[in-house]
Amino acid sequence: MITATNLTKVYNGTTVLNIEHLDIPTGQSMGLVGNNGAGKTTFFSILLDLIQPTTGNIFNHEITVSQNEEWKEFTSSFIDESFLIGYLTPEEYFYFIGDLRKQNKADVDALLLTFEDFFHDEILGKRKYLRDLSKGNQKKVGIVAALIGRPKVIILDEPFANLDPTTQIRLKKIIKDLTAQKETTILISSHDLIHITEVCERIVVLDKGDLVKDLMTSTATLDELETYFSKDLTLKEEV
Amino acid sequence: MFKRLFSLEWKSFFRSASLGKSIGLKILMGFLALYFTAAFLMFGIGLYPIIIEYFPGEEPIYLVNRLFLVWLVLELIYRFLLQNLPIMDIKPLMLLPIKKRKVVNFVLIKSLYSFFNFLPLLIIIPFGIFNIYKQTFSTGVIIAWMIAMIGLTLSVNYANFIIKKNFTDNIKALIPVVVSIAVIAILDYFKIFESSVWFGKGLNAILEFPLLALVPILIVIIFYKWNQKDLESKFYLDATLKDEVKDANTNEFLWTRRFGDIAPYLQLDLKMIWRNKRPKTTVYISILFLAYGLIFYGNDTYQEMPAFFIFVGIFITGIFMINFGQFIPAWDAGYYPLIMAQNIPLKKYLTAKAGLITFSVVVLAILSTPYLYYGWKIFLINIICAVYNIGVNIPILLYSGSFNRKKIDLDKSPFMNYQGMGATQWIVGLPLLLMPLLIFWIINKFISFESALTVLFVLGILGLILRNRAIGFIAQRYKRQKYAMIEGFKQSGE
Repeated sequence: MITATNLTKVYNGTTVLNIEHLDIPTGQSMGLVGNNGAGKTTFFSILLDLIQPTTGNIFNHEITVSQNEEWKEFTSSFIDESFLIGYLTPEEYFYFIGDLRKQNKADVDALLLTFEDFFHDEILGKRKYLRDLSKGNQKKVGIVAALIGRPKVIILDEPFANLDPTTQIRLKKIIKDLTAQKETTILISSHDLIHITEVCERIVVLDKGDLVKDLMTSTATLDELETYFSKDLTLKEEV
Repeated sequence: MFKRLFSLEWKSFFRSASLGKSIGLKILMGFLALYFTAAFLMFGIGLYPIIIEYFPGEEPIYLVNRLFLVWLVLELIYRFLLQNLPIMDIKPLMLLPIKKRKVVNFVLIKSLYSFFNFLPLLIIIPFGIFNIYKQTFSTGVIIAWMIAMIGLTLSVNYANFIIKKNFTDNIKALIPVVVSIAVIAILDYFKIFESSVWFGKGLNAILEFPLLALVPILIVIIFYKWNQKDLESKFYLDATLKDEVKDANTNEFLWTRRFGDIAPYLQLDLKMIWRNKRPKTTVYISILFLAYGLIFYGNDTYQEMPAFFIFVGIFITGIFMINFGQFIPAWDAGYYPLIMAQNIPLKKYLTAKAGLITFSVVVLAILSTPYLYYGWKIFLINIICAVYNIGVNIPILLYSGSFNRKKIDLDKSPFMNYQGMGATQWIVGLPLLLMPLLIFWIINKFISFESALTVLFVLGILGLILRNRAIGFIAQRYKRQKYAMIEGFKQSGE
């Protein structure tokens, strides 16, 4: 269960995030959508205690994230390349993250084996540092590393961006498999409405920091989102 | 077009994220520049009278000519160490409709405005004016000579870029160059083959046939064209990216396992040091600095000042501690959000850093044991300085690290690299080096040498006993500063 209450972030007088109340029950997969500047990454960063909220708090399984670090034990995330260590090979990076999450080498190897398809033979055993991998391959490493050690909460910021079509489809399957067990809370942001409605049970729409829509995904959700995001266009056409 | 490129350069300087923050550093650099300007100008003005005074009977300009080769070699060395290629970020310009040659020319001509080209003028011009005033040679001849001198300095300017480009990535390839310069120098020194004299005779010829001044100009043009060709051929993305992808070194540092739960962090730090240019060079510098003692221990001037040996001892055993420790945690700046969001207790993270530095101090202390040659006092001082470093200075450095807000680019060379430097680095130097010196000096003066050393030793041991608590306290401070640090490390900039 993740709860945000009265959460705001203000930069130089501009409110970039303003969420009065948001509950994410354990085991739910929630998609965060919104145009650039909607506050998606800000929300994730506050949830990971990387930036301080101006007011309010986020509770991750009853732990106030800014006051106690224990949430780190069951929360994993991949936001951007600053979550990768450029001078490590992918294997070393996985083992390092494994060490932090109390997984030994064998555990990590076993997990990696299940991602063989996803890696498409471009990641493991290449004797290359992460900094020398392409953006897409770096992303694959970051996403898989976030799944190490059976975390209870997984946060992925725009996981579909930069991935090739095959990998996007595989990633969708991975996320669906995870959510099917109803044990892991997954928070994903994306600009791709089709992907996100496909993998998330719930979609939250942010606009300039405000929570404007909160939908449980159904067959009508995609249409509703498309209508919402094209409203500016239709308005102009009517004029 | 040139004007526009210059305005780009101007903006990149004044809009860089760190401009305001590093004002203190800029002022220091300004003072240094002023100092060197003054020093060179004084030398330039004084050169003629000095030669008359100390080398009576010598024609000053002939003497200068004879020594000029030595000067050029020195100039090449300091330029190699200090002067950077004026490659502005040309990547974004590649797609724009600007001719390659224009960008390349811009980069090369911009290099002429370097401070390093300005300094020699301060010697050549006053010395030339003196010669004109004395009228041993006609004004025209001296002007030709001055042009030739400036030409030679500029040749060094461009030759340095060629050398740098071809050798910086591969230090081993430099060995033949260094060896041949050394051989020429030795032959010269033992008067077997005096290249400097022959070079001087060549320069004297200019005084007889002023038109020969065109030769240095020609050399400049040749080097310029060479650079131009070189840069143009490298004006491709893959040419600059090509040598980056090296086969990964997969040393696992498995022996760190025995350190228990800080092992993953130790491994990470060791990999960071071995696989990145800047920290790796820091290690080499530390080993070089072991020789620092040679300058002082044998020197009679310092024998009556044992306090000075404390300084040397702290420095020798702690050079890695200082060079590496002052930039904690900026070394990890590139992935600091990961460190903060992952399951990494700050205390363990800091303990691992302290462990690594302790290890370096111990190794350097062991490597410094040959100084026993200079007597047991020196040896004892070094060992006690090592203990003091481990106990007191490491926590001080870790604490000062919480003030770091500047990112470090791991792949840049540390020479004259002020990236990551801020007021912290200057201020922390005081307690680090001066405090033990002061403590020792006072006690040594009023009580005795032995008790002074004992106090330092006890302080070190005390620090070691209290380390766990100190690190706990420091971790609290890192926690409070974490948001500012994450924000600061995100900014790129020099």
